[in-house]
Amino acid sequence: MQSIYMDHHATTPLEAEVLEAMMPYLTTEFGNPSSSTHDYGRRARAAVERAREEVAAMISAERSDEIIFTSGATESDNLALKGLALLRPEHSGHIITLATEHKAILDTAQFLQKQGFELSLAPIDRYGVVDLAELERLIRPDTFLISIQAANSEIGTIQPLAEIGALARAHGILFHTDAVQALGKMEIQVNRDQIDLLSISGHKIYGPKGVGALYVRKGIKLQPLLHGGGHEAGMRSGTLNVAGIVGLGHAALMARRDLASESARLLELRELLRQGIESRIDMVVLNGHPSQRLVNNLNYSFSFVEGESLMLACRGIALSSGSACTSASLQSSYVLRALNVPETLAHCSIRFGLGRSNTREDIGILLDLLETHVKRLREMSPLYDMAKEGIDIESFSWGAHDHHND
Amino acid sequence: MDAWDDYTEAVMDHYEHPRNVGIVEEADGVGIVGNPACGDVMKLTLRIEDDHITDAKFKTFGCGAAIATSSMVTELVKGKTLDEALTISNKAVAQALGGLPKIKMHCSVLAEDALKAAIDDYRKKTKDKKA
Repeated sequence: MQSIYMDHHATTPLEAEVLEAMMPYLTTEFGNPSSSTHDYGRRARAAVERAREEVAAMISAERSDEIIFTSGATESDNLALKGLALLRPEHSGHIITLATEHKAILDTAQFLQKQGFELSLAPIDRYGVVDLAELERLIRPDTFLISIQAANSEIGTIQPLAEIGALARAHGILFHTDAVQALGKMEIQVNRDQIDLLSISGHKIYGPKGVGALYVRKGIKLQPLLHGGGHEAGMRSGTLNVAGIVGLGHAALMARRDLASESARLLELRELLRQGIESRIDMVVLNGHPSQRLVNNLNYSFSFVEGESLMLACRGIALSSGSACTSASLQSSYVLRALNVPETLAHCSIRFGLGRSNTREDIGILLDLLETHVKRLREMSPLYDMAKEGIDIESFSWGAHDHHND
Repeated sequence: MDAWDDYTEAVMDHYEHPRNVGIVEEADGVGIVGNPACGDVMKLTLRIEDDHITDAKFKTFGCGAAIATSSMVTELVKGKTLDEALTISNKAVAQALGGLPKIKMHCSVLAEDALKAAIDDYRKKTKDKKA
């Protein structure tokens, strides 16, 4: 029954022209790019190499052989972190990342920590931006990697990539960035920003699921995670997902071709939504940075209204929330908690992820729903009454409450 | 994960048209349970006459399941004696709604806790009066 999709941080629909580019490789062009003995293989190889060039061009990489195709950004993140770590002498050394990273980074880093590597989480400010001075202070002689995302998937906060890159380069440390959310929405240049490794996902940029890439600057060696036929210069064995790779290539072409127009359009829609929310609904809190944020992202806490109940009211529109009641873990968003957003507000958060399909009309429909139902749910909320009576919800003495553990 | 795909029609009905929202003026029993840090708070107010619950109203901060179970419990307790009301379990409230998704069962505990707290509050107040 949902008719408006506004959750583009989770995934994006496959764009028609991407599917069109893929179709031959799902049908007649079924060759294995490793088969150099016949035209089927050679044509598939040529298609893969064209895609590699498009992916390299999207991030202004000089050489297409710096792109390794993977099964997605989770694999790319794993390959970057484990691939570097496992080549370290005596399997030791120090990695710096952020508490707000994607779980593919955090869980991989924690896995390495269990293997004997050391891990530091660099401090962030209340908007989620890394503190560069503190980041530099954390650097030690054995620090070999800084992994900091380009932009956050929940709050849209953009990190100062060029500054981090310069800092890492000055200390002789490699800089990896998970750029999954940023690509197609802002310009990223691996040489300008001094990025050494960069993770890419197909399905976040209107390409297919199950394909991604890792940019690895020429000269950097990685321990492969998958051994076998020696594909992708021995960095990632496994018969290439030709149709997926062609799709990723076309999605990269589209991201580069439409970057200026689409990011301007998304920014206009985002500001329309932002102004609408802030002028029509009181007691809302913006999570994330007011200006250093993705053009397609907003994240608001609607005080005294639990996120799941508000999404339920707006269920004609696909959204997501940092509320515990929308997660299988019954935990509120770890990103919001890392920013020290009070739990009470984390439960009230809604993420708006705009994309290609969204229009001004969608924003109008959404704003009408939000205004009506925030009002309705507040009238039902005991917290709203308390706030009107001047009772501070944060310092009120709430009883023991452990039914989540029942 | 859209848990509400698994909400029954009764849950959706009670979420969209909750019964007995509000505060019973000069209530005989008041129960406030939950914690905003955990994502749900329920305030239940009862009018109690001759050991019977004659009116019940609620205000709830919580997810759709929390709102629906709050609404349902106010319906279930009306007309009941206090001892009868105390036998209403969270499972009974969920059952009256045609069931809740497994991951949402914990939300129904809020309704049961609020009911117990409100009756407790009434009994404490009346005991204090007698003493």
